[in-house]
Amino acid sequence: MEEALTQHEESTHGLVESGRPLTIPGFGRPLKSEEMVVNMGPQHPSTHGVLRLELIVDGEVVVEVIPHIGYLHRCFEKHAEHMVNYQQVIPYCDRMDYIASMNNDLGYAVACEKLLNIKVPERVEYIRVIMAELQRIASHMLAIGTYGMDIGAFTPFLYCFRDRERILDIFEQTCGARLLYNYIWIGGLSHDVPLNFVEKVKDFCRYYRPNIKELNDLLSYNKIFIERTANVGVLPADVAINYGASGPVLRGSGVKWDLRKNDTYSIYDSFDFEIPTGTGIMGTVGDCWDRYMVRVHEMEQSLNIIEQAVDKIPAGDVQSAVPKRIRPEASEVYVRTETPKGELGYYIIADGTTSPYRVKVRPPTFVNLSILPAISRGAMIADVIAILGSIDIVLGEVDR
Amino acid sequence: MKEFLISILQNEILVYALMAFVPLLWIVPFALFAVWWERKISAHMQDRLGPMRTGGWHGWAQTIADILKLMQKEDIVPAAADKKLFVLAPFVVFVGSYAAYAVIPFSAAYVGSEINIGLFYLIAISSLVVIGLLMAGWASNNKWSLFGAMRSAAQVVSYEIPIALALLAVVMIVGSFDLQEINRAQSGPIWNWFVFQKFPFLFIATMLYFVASLAEVNRTPFDIPEAESELVAGYHTEYSGMKFALLFLAEYANMFVVSIIGATIFFGGWNSPFGEFMSGPIWGVFWFISKGMMFVFVQIWLRWTLPRLRVDQLMYVGWKVLIPFSFVNIIGVGFWVMMGR
Repeated sequence: MEEALTQHEESTHGLVESGRPLTIPGFGRPLKSEEMVVNMGPQHPSTHGVLRLELIVDGEVVVEVIPHIGYLHRCFEKHAEHMVNYQQVIPYCDRMDYIASMNNDLGYAVACEKLLNIKVPERVEYIRVIMAELQRIASHMLAIGTYGMDIGAFTPFLYCFRDRERILDIFEQTCGARLLYNYIWIGGLSHDVPLNFVEKVKDFCRYYRPNIKELNDLLSYNKIFIERTANVGVLPADVAINYGASGPVLRGSGVKWDLRKNDTYSIYDSFDFEIPTGTGIMGTVGDCWDRYMVRVHEMEQSLNIIEQAVDKIPAGDVQSAVPKRIRPEASEVYVRTETPKGELGYYIIADGTTSPYRVKVRPPTFVNLSILPAISRGAMIADVIAILGSIDIVLGEVDR
Repeated sequence: MKEFLISILQNEILVYALMAFVPLLWIVPFALFAVWWERKISAHMQDRLGPMRTGGWHGWAQTIADILKLMQKEDIVPAAADKKLFVLAPFVVFVGSYAAYAVIPFSAAYVGSEINIGLFYLIAISSLVVIGLLMAGWASNNKWSLFGAMRSAAQVVSYEIPIALALLAVVMIVGSFDLQEINRAQSGPIWNWFVFQKFPFLFIATMLYFVASLAEVNRTPFDIPEAESELVAGYHTEYSGMKFALLFLAEYANMFVVSIIGATIFFGGWNSPFGEFMSGPIWGVFWFISKGMMFVFVQIWLRWTLPRLRVDQLMYVGWKVLIPFSFVNIIGVGFWVMMGR
């Protein structure tokens, strides 16, 4: 951020002072053109929450983008220190990436279990994976639907919401909540799954596969959509790695990096699935279309994982023996998991009391958002919307 | 029609005033219906129901309730706005689209003003709308409004050329700018309609006209001036209450204007598709409005299906695709007409 700000200061001064002179034949003095500062957000339909973008534009061409964040800051990390105990942090985790709460809880639970050095029952692992993958599909549906809306197609958004509803129904049946679940607990789950859970999940997989094709026909391979997204906001692989991008943003640039395979956790190593990457078939590797399409392919892969897992759920308990008051020894741990948005890392320092000494979150969308100025320079205003949508940010997580 | 009314009322000025009022009797109910219709169509396309409660049957009174609400709203003029232009702009926009109805032949017996340059007048008067949009965008003193206004000025100006060229193809065949004359030239069986004539040139002209007309009325995929996800609401960001309603009304009135120009020029206007069967002045109104509504439906259908182009792509489509094609088309029609002589 610091760097971006100083860069902006230099660039605006340079540009405004020089001002590109336009000479018109027969018109004595040259005409001066100036940049204009436009405020996009925090109340704007396409900034996906309360993000404010300060755009410096030359007509429709964007010279500089400066994201201003912090409108949704809720002191997550401070709350986690000494104010609550280890279990009570989980509802706060829910509220970070509120589109993918299950994945946030999973990361925190895995981190705490590593801190406590406990192993959870097999049944819990399977249910966690199914939940996390269902949540990944739900999150990608929202990302894809709202992305269509950013480009101007309204209908795919509602189709995605229609299908997302089915997943939320499964979640609601399981834990009573539709958005903020508090379901994955340290050492287990809050409840067991309902009786018809397996049937419901299988039903969903059968129902949803054809709908991905419908989505592709309506949006992904639409000529106008491709025109708008291919070759726009190209993020080369080296830039993506230098900025620390992760998730579909990194994979869209052609880097095969998925923590479920590269630094496996839970029982992801026992499933067979592919890591889709951007291929650049519509334009350049790492453009908006690639990032978008990686999400579509990931939904298919998540369906594969769910279908493999759902048949093998073993019987057993959903809580391992965890004491009511968790008091880990003074130690520290860093655990990273793959959420729909990318690498979510929890760095927890325990000091031997019942609350964490420090919980630092490495949020994927905060890091991914830092790429926006780098790949938006020289684009049109409409492209900034397209690029921002393809990064798929959630302000609850960016600001925490 | 005019002579008939004069003979009854014995007062020419009263008759002119009356005839100027007639299109309003159509525009207002049409706009109310079309807004409701669009909401219902989009809802059913998107697996929703749309308005269901107001008025009972399928929420038919929803738009009436909406307009009543808008009337009661406070008439806000932003402090930093240019007050005169801000207040005037919705009227200019509405006048632009309303004036077009003066020459539109609703049936063989009714046309507001049967001037022999009707088509020319239509093309000219519809440009007035863009002045209103520019005024609205500039007077709002809002950068987003200004973006919308600049975009719509660029868009409307560039897309009027392919529209004019596409319509010119028909003028070359008929040899008249008179809309009634063009309608009469298409009478008889359905294949006399110009869209099926001189294949493929007039068919291409129809397509060119339809695409360009979408841009003319700012509908998807060319709804760039009011691009919701980019500019919030474009030139009418700062408008509320009745002024907003007027801009909205003008937008729907314009939708219908471009639809019925297409219906008149290429789809036989008030001619019945069954030749002599179900033809005549009264049926003429029915066919005319049905054809117009069909185009309105296609516009709505496209809006809820397609994404939006970008500004530069829009210009590309206009100048580098539609205009060259229209010129080639004109030359093709020209050769055909020459050889027919």
